[in-house]
Amino acid sequence: MRILLIALLLFASRAFALEVANVEKLAFGESDEQVAAIAALVASGDPQAAAVLQALADGELQVAGKRVLIVKGEEATDAVTGAKVAPLPEEREGVVANNRLRRELAGALAGLKLTSPQREARLAAVKELAGGADPAMLPLVKRALEKEADPTIKPMLELIAATMELKDGSKEARIAAVRMLGGSSNSNTKLLLLGVLEKRKDGSFAEPDEEIRREAQASLRAVEGRLAWGERAGILFTSISLGSILLLAAMGLAITYGLMGVINMAHGELIMVGAYTTYAVQNLFREHAPDAFDWYLACAVPASFMVSAAVGMLLERLVIRWLYGRALETLLATWGISLVLIQTVRTIFGAQNVQVENPAFMSGGVEALMGVVLPWSRIVIVVFAAAVLVGIWLLLTRTRLGLFVRGVTQNRAMASCVGVPTARVDTWAFGLGSGIAGLAGCALSQIGNVGPDLGQAYIVDSFMVVVLGGVGQLAGTVYAALGLGFANKLLEAWQGAVLAKIVVLVFIIMFIQKRPQGLFALKGRAVET
Amino acid sequence: MGPVSLLIARLYGPRGWMTLAAFALALFVVFPLCNLAIPEGNPLHLSAYWVSLVGKIMCYAIVALAMDLAWGYAGILSLGHGLFFALGGYAFGMYLMRQIGSDGQYKANMPDFMVFLDWKEFPWAWWNSDQFWWCALLVVLVPGLLAFVFGFFAFRSRIKGVYFSIITQALTYAAMLLFFRNATGFGGNNGFTDFKRILDIPVAIPSTRMALFAITAATLIGSLLLGRYIVTSKFGRILAAIRDAESRVMFCGYNPVHYKLAIWTFSAVLCGIAGALYVPQVGIINPSEMSPANSIEIAIWVAVGGRGTLVGAIVGAGLVNGAKSYFTQAFPEYWLYVLGLIFILVTLFMPKGVVGLWSQWKNRSA
Repeated sequence: MRILLIALLLFASRAFALEVANVEKLAFGESDEQVAAIAALVASGDPQAAAVLQALADGELQVAGKRVLIVKGEEATDAVTGAKVAPLPEEREGVVANNRLRRELAGALAGLKLTSPQREARLAAVKELAGGADPAMLPLVKRALEKEADPTIKPMLELIAATMELKDGSKEARIAAVRMLGGSSNSNTKLLLLGVLEKRKDGSFAEPDEEIRREAQASLRAVEGRLAWGERAGILFTSISLGSILLLAAMGLAITYGLMGVINMAHGELIMVGAYTTYAVQNLFREHAPDAFDWYLACAVPASFMVSAAVGMLLERLVIRWLYGRALETLLATWGISLVLIQTVRTIFGAQNVQVENPAFMSGGVEALMGVVLPWSRIVIVVFAAAVLVGIWLLLTRTRLGLFVRGVTQNRAMASCVGVPTARVDTWAFGLGSGIAGLAGCALSQIGNVGPDLGQAYIVDSFMVVVLGGVGQLAGTVYAALGLGFANKLLEAWQGAVLAKIVVLVFIIMFIQKRPQGLFALKGRAVET
Repeated sequence: MGPVSLLIARLYGPRGWMTLAAFALALFVVFPLCNLAIPEGNPLHLSAYWVSLVGKIMCYAIVALAMDLAWGYAGILSLGHGLFFALGGYAFGMYLMRQIGSDGQYKANMPDFMVFLDWKEFPWAWWNSDQFWWCALLVVLVPGLLAFVFGFFAFRSRIKGVYFSIITQALTYAAMLLFFRNATGFGGNNGFTDFKRILDIPVAIPSTRMALFAITAATLIGSLLLGRYIVTSKFGRILAAIRDAESRVMFCGYNPVHYKLAIWTFSAVLCGIAGALYVPQVGIINPSEMSPANSIEIAIWVAVGGRGTLVGAIVGAGLVNGAKSYFTQAFPEYWLYVLGLIFILVTLFMPKGVVGLWSQWKNRSA
């Protein structure tokens, strides 16, 4: 019994002897000593080491005299033994981690989490380490690699191990590491390989071994090719995304301007009304049905359509109806309407932007390829825009209202003669265009700020889409929106957002010189309309 | 006589000339007297606030006049006139910035924003900008050339009506984005401000202010007379004909492009001059002057006063801007309602504007 006790004591004191020195170094030492202590603690693999490091990262590590404590709120535990310390000592001082230490800590904590039983924790740790890790952690990574079975985490771990081997390892290990790195699509890997190939100022290579350099060259080419594809895929997706947003914003305008010839400068504000309706519906759900919060969009989509359509029909009845055939006056009057709408929204909801939260299924994203993350909200909007497009197309070609709208567009007098109630068709068509603006607003609320000025940002763009696409054609609107989306994003990657926008606007202005009727013009022989 | 010339004859009958003379008297005699000669504290004294407010509104009135020439007489509704105004302002602002010399915050012989951006030399656009004559030339040339080139292509492709309006709006929007960039070289967001001197004379003293005021008043009256000369000439008649039936004018053997281009460019130059007069009086110019909203507002000044009357443009600019400075001080949250309602009600119920109402009322009572 005694022997056992002594053995136990001995064992305990030996196990903690290392710990105590390290913990003390961590708490009282200079920053070089602290860094060394972190490495030693990581190498021990003790769960208590993780707790100490985490406490330091969170600013919970404190010293009282010679003792090192982890203080959480009013409770304190001894950093070395993990035993509860009560009462809390009066004289305490926090251990401050400077930036260098914080960097080391982040890496160290990630290293410790590599062997965590939770998959999410391991994945996060791997991602952290992929950004750059201390080669001293190689044994830890190797140990984790042996146990790892997850198909996403394992290749990432292998890459990290390769990165570390490359820094100091045998020639064979380094060649293997360089080959391994060729399979990566991480931009950090590219930097690493470039570092291998770097030429020093005096003409010698950073990597003296020719064979390794050759391998690195080949790997670099592979990585660069893959990165370029990833970038292209990213631009493609953001272009489609922007195009679908432009399409949503412009589709309503294509109906009111394109089909009815009404210049509606308040179109942007109808978008804003849709966005605020979504905001209101979201608030209602949060207040009265928090359990069903994820489903608020199912209610917000029709609501924003209805509210905007109602506002639009009201406007048509009260103002626009009296100005048919006087396009310039319509422009001014609808601008006035937009000012009134903006101020109304400001009065009701305040001048600040409001927060519209994504439902859970729309947050986050799906990693498509080469590290390109496609946000769910954007994907949903692309699909939504396509659905709205199909809906409008069906409405215009397959329903009685669509037939009437097309009839009135083509020949108002004749349509009226055969009994089409043109005035009512005008109201319905304007309501339809406004409702689609509301849908656009609902979609925009999911990806951007919702504020009283929301509409102003889209009015110039959506008019450009309609003008470019040509009047009276849905197909033209689609091509123009996607085309502008692509042009904007491609130029943006090359010249920055503002210049891209300017170049696109100048391009449209020049294009209109060549084809004043837009891409897809209705054929006709009129001298002027 | 057609309706246009009738209106002109009525506005410029003996009574019209008398009104103009009274207006000039008020601007050139009453204002300087009340501001400079009558001491502060006297109820008849006009404060610097009023001088700069009326000076500012007169600049706007010149812009409205220019707009009326293009819209009221040639049927060209520009939603980009704010751009020409701002370009004139920026051109003259460059000179004013150079006149600050080394009195800026950083005591460098360069505008503060350039020091802040760590620029060592002036961008190319600033070449010779310390010369008054050069900047004065730019005030006319930059808006004029831009309008000429833009108008040439637009009118040649027979872009008109709302199409033209939307394109001009895009133009001013693009220019605004361009000027918001620091790298463009015109002070980015903040634009130009903190002016100290003009022609080496301090800009903030009352006599300089009054001189600027008088120059603006003279420009306004001068452009009114010049505008009247243009619209009553044969050239002006053809413009009105183009506005009413462009194809017919074309089939009669006139080329509308020349006429439209001429009035459009002249209108832009007038805006540029107004901008140049505006900047030293208001003391700031920044890219928000180019926002599409500003340009649309110009159209409503003209619509409120009455299109195609010239005098109406001045009246409208005065009324709307007077109301604006009253409301933005007294009830800032209601101003947008008022402006929006002005837009709606004027287009719906007052197609001839205030001037038209007045003549309608006179006809009825007579």
